[in-house]
Amino acid sequence: MQAGKPILYSYFRSSCSWRVRIALALKGIDYETVPINLIKDGGQQLAIIEYLEETRPTPRLLPQDPKKRASVRMISDLIAGGIQPLQNLSVLKQVREEMQLTWAQNAITSGFNALEQILQSTAGIYCVGDEVTMADLCLVPQVANAERFKVDLTPYPTISSINKRLLVLEAFQVSHPCRQPDTPTELRA
Amino acid sequence: MTESGKPILYSYFRSSCSWRVRIALALKGIDYETVPINLIKDGGQQFSKDFQALNPMKQVPALKIDGITIHQSLAIIEYLEETRPTPRLLPQDPKKRASVRMISDLIAGGIQPLQNLSVLKQVREEMQLTWAQNAITSGFNALEQILQSTAGIYCVGDEVTMADLCLVPQVANAERFKVDLTPYPTISSINKRLLVLEAFQVSHPCRQPDTPTELRA
Repeated sequence: MQAGKPILYSYFRSSCSWRVRIALALKGIDYETVPINLIKDGGQQLAIIEYLEETRPTPRLLPQDPKKRASVRMISDLIAGGIQPLQNLSVLKQVREEMQLTWAQNAITSGFNALEQILQSTAGIYCVGDEVTMADLCLVPQVANAERFKVDLTPYPTISSINKRLLVLEAFQVSHPCRQPDTPTELRA
Repeated sequence: MTESGKPILYSYFRSSCSWRVRIALALKGIDYETVPINLIKDGGQQFSKDFQALNPMKQVPALKIDGITIHQSLAIIEYLEETRPTPRLLPQDPKKRASVRMISDLIAGGIQPLQNLSVLKQVREEMQLTWAQNAITSGFNALEQILQSTAGIYCVGDEVTMADLCLVPQVANAERFKVDLTPYPTISSINKRLLVLEAFQVSHPCRQPDTPTELRA
């Protein structure tokens, strides 16, 4: 690594990459981007975020209380393991073309139905209480995916309002797909 | 919590996600009660109103413990690790912890959700086996490679970790879907070593309260 900076292999539009970019921005970690055009999905960026949390502990991305930490991980896993893998590109490619949109929408609405319910008991300003956590890093990119797949978000007022609040934060802006080194010109902010 | 104060695990004998948590509870010596949730009977007991209130994702496992209900197997295991820290299920070193989580996420997020019952039901019946096999082989191809640099006796080094709790149930799923395991010698040998351990035996699908008679050990 030149200058010892971390290197992030990222695709501008990948929700998985976006989660990690938000974490790096929140923790003020300067990094280099190597854009990749393969959509290499993985539920493995939560492992990256947990590593960043353990080695660069401030600002926190996980609460101190184990029960609240469980809520954060539960929501993160629901999104990263329960929704995103079912609507990523490599899975969609295996579905008949005329069924792809419905498939993606189903994956998202099933997950959002559950998430909206869970947030009733965990949410404050953000997904879990009033501090930004790993759960919020997962939420925003998933809502962006939902919008891309034309999912009606009216049944999800809590998800929508948390998403709005997060999007105004610096870290969520600077990491946004429309502002990446590999963002195509026509999609740039 | 029950009157005895024991944790309650909502589990299906054959669910690989439930098995992960059963292994964790066994390794940590945590006594618990099982409430079986049959994923097939009655149209799927996970869809009942009562269970949905417990876990809005309508999936097993869910664990009632310390006055809260947790679902998502890895979130449950991490909670157990933080509140009942011995024996460890995650190494102390952050880089090794990252390896453990990476492997766990690969299986729990990258393979299993693509071949679970509710997804398979959405695939045309004659395509279901191929679909499941593809999900598993894609994941195992990646995992076999990763293990070359992380594995010792077990997935990460020489201690049992959360990664091993994910591996064994996934190999069992692979066998159920008739996936050829010859290309995965590291996965296979780690699996064998783990299966002889007490915690992996007592939590096995063939020894659960809801295991059908014809499948009992």
